[in-house]
Amino acid sequence: MSRLCIKNGRVMDPASGHDAVADIVVENGRIVAIGPNLDAAGAEIFDATGAIVAPGFIDMHVHLREPGFEHSETIETGGRAAAAGGFTSVCCMPNTSPVNDSAVVTTYIIERARRFSPVNVFPIGAITKGSNGEELAAIGAMKQAGIVAISDDGRPVMNARVMRRAMESAKAFNIPVINHCEDLHLSAGGDMHEGFESTRLGLRGIPACSEDVMVARDILLAEVTGARYHVAHISARHSVEMVRFAKMKGLSVTTEVCPHHFTLADSDIQPFDSNYKMKPPLRSCFDVEAVTEGLANGAIEVIATDHAPHPGSEKMQEFERCPFGITGLETAIGLSLEQLVHTGRVSLMRMIEMFTVNPDRVLTLGKGRLTVGGEADITIFDTDRTWTFDLNKSQSKSRNSPFHGREFRGGQRAAIVAGKIVWSAS
Amino acid sequence: MGIGLLGIESLDRAEIEAYLTRAKAFQSHGGSDFKKLDTLRGKMLVNLFFENSTRTRTSFEIAAKRLGADTISIASSGSSVSKGESLVDTLNTLAAMRPHAIVMRHAASGAPHFLARHLDTPIINAGDGMHEHPTQALLDALTILDHKPALEGLRVAIIGDIIHSRVARSNVHLLSKFGVNVVLCGPAPMLPVHLAKLAEGVTLTHDIREAIDGADVIMMLRVQLERQHETPFPPGDYFRFYGLRPEHLKLTRPDTIVMHPGPINRGREISSEVADSQHSVILNQVENGVAVRMAVLEKVMGA
Repeated sequence: MSRLCIKNGRVMDPASGHDAVADIVVENGRIVAIGPNLDAAGAEIFDATGAIVAPGFIDMHVHLREPGFEHSETIETGGRAAAAGGFTSVCCMPNTSPVNDSAVVTTYIIERARRFSPVNVFPIGAITKGSNGEELAAIGAMKQAGIVAISDDGRPVMNARVMRRAMESAKAFNIPVINHCEDLHLSAGGDMHEGFESTRLGLRGIPACSEDVMVARDILLAEVTGARYHVAHISARHSVEMVRFAKMKGLSVTTEVCPHHFTLADSDIQPFDSNYKMKPPLRSCFDVEAVTEGLANGAIEVIATDHAPHPGSEKMQEFERCPFGITGLETAIGLSLEQLVHTGRVSLMRMIEMFTVNPDRVLTLGKGRLTVGGEADITIFDTDRTWTFDLNKSQSKSRNSPFHGREFRGGQRAAIVAGKIVWSAS
Repeated sequence: MGIGLLGIESLDRAEIEAYLTRAKAFQSHGGSDFKKLDTLRGKMLVNLFFENSTRTRTSFEIAAKRLGADTISIASSGSSVSKGESLVDTLNTLAAMRPHAIVMRHAASGAPHFLARHLDTPIINAGDGMHEHPTQALLDALTILDHKPALEGLRVAIIGDIIHSRVARSNVHLLSKFGVNVVLCGPAPMLPVHLAKLAEGVTLTHDIREAIDGADVIMMLRVQLERQHETPFPPGDYFRFYGLRPEHLKLTRPDTIVMHPGPINRGREISSEVADSQHSVILNQVENGVAVRMAVLEKVMGA
């Protein structure tokens, strides 16, 4: 019988409101006790004094690149990067090769994850076949195989009729629809946020309205269909307002924001450095303020990284040729503490909520809570230790991050999945 | 990182004045009886053009030769770029042959800036996408100064496809640093509102008559069809609303000069009568291109 005792940490569980110094005893992968001064006889001890002990963090938006793009990332390396970022569960987007648009691919990902990933992997299936935006994928079969949502991430569903049918189908199978909101006609050719900076640098713009018009369309369709609808990586201020409005109307509309979108604006871009190039792009300082405020006032309930690894050979090019996307798993907690908690915009409990029970409410994974008898997925982090992010030590296969060398106050200490310490800070 | 010349935006007024002063001195070397200098003897310049160019490439070559440097010109179609080599690899290969500078033109904004971070060889930007074309702005300033006593207080109208124009951006940065009032004019899709914040003293208008009213200098720009992914303005209407025609010159002063970075499209952005009129200084610009590039090469390669 394996036994683990996490001693003396500040145990914070947003679902129950628990916030007190306590021990957690884990046996055979399950939490058997939470309380002060528990008997730890025969148990492996993890001293969490001074640290926060929280439900295992969930990143509901990552790209693991397997199958098909194993030179960028694999389920194993992406899983290790997740653990090293303090995450215990990730949801992987279907834009692999082949696209995860069938039960076969879904099963493949789940099997590979079971063998190679240190963290739980929940696949997200495609909305349409090949994510081509035309014909619906095998949503029901994929659901039976284990997908937790559908999305054509990176390739927004442009046809409103197809989106409507997808929502109807998703509602019937009781899974949410996640859309990467970008009107491709408005954003065509764009490399960064359309504004003063893009004009100055002579780069083509991706206007905020390319996100806004699709969020608006989808909210209307969500009302028509009654589907659970989730806006991926929200970045534009009008989009945040519309999601807030949809919530006020009682619609099942949720959204996530990426740490880079509440940390950096287009004016922070190192000119022509592709480590600042992603979709949606880094937007204006007004948008950064709006997503931060959205996190504070409840319009936005989830933090997700959109971890998008690309090898150096693809990122070492002319800016307009480089693919979109940056890695994010290992800097998410540090950036959230820096931008949200240390600034006083969001309480620590609320930050934890946005990494745990809130993504679980969107996806119903059965994760994100600390309960006696429940599976022991636990994230341990601290809020004051100073550390520096060294990209060269990243567990990801790729190195595309703008945060190399950034000094953080507070960050992940350990990730525990089903009672096993899969990563701890050295 | 080598000290090259990537753009005008990051230069201060004194640096620009230094280039212009040297260029003025080189203007007299333009005559047919000039003697080749030996300022850059034994130095090698690589001209690397990933985009078509007649005047810029030729004038860099002539400038280098007049200063006594050896030059090699490479066009992308005749190089290993067409074999799928990445830009970084191409530049590293050339840099390994130890040139003293690389002049580079590229269709991607920021391509020379990106390379300058990874290369020790000084890079001179001969036009990057829609971003900057610093030697063009310098030769334009020199041309204006051939006709006007000073830049301060002038009113310069830049008319045409501003959004796609590196010439416009470099000129705005340069002229603004000297207290010029710059009026940018073009059809709405080619004139984003953010341009007004590009530098001090910049205003925007969609009306060509308003732009040229009281202008000391009119700069016409070509519609850059190669950079447009769409047709933002009906081509048939372009000349009607934004082409510079003789009737417009009647609204200006006798000493107003008309400029164009070339290549000109007669009947699209400028009428033949205007291009060939007494107001036109277009060929004067070309001539000054050599002097300005001599000044730049001397500064970058001379040390």
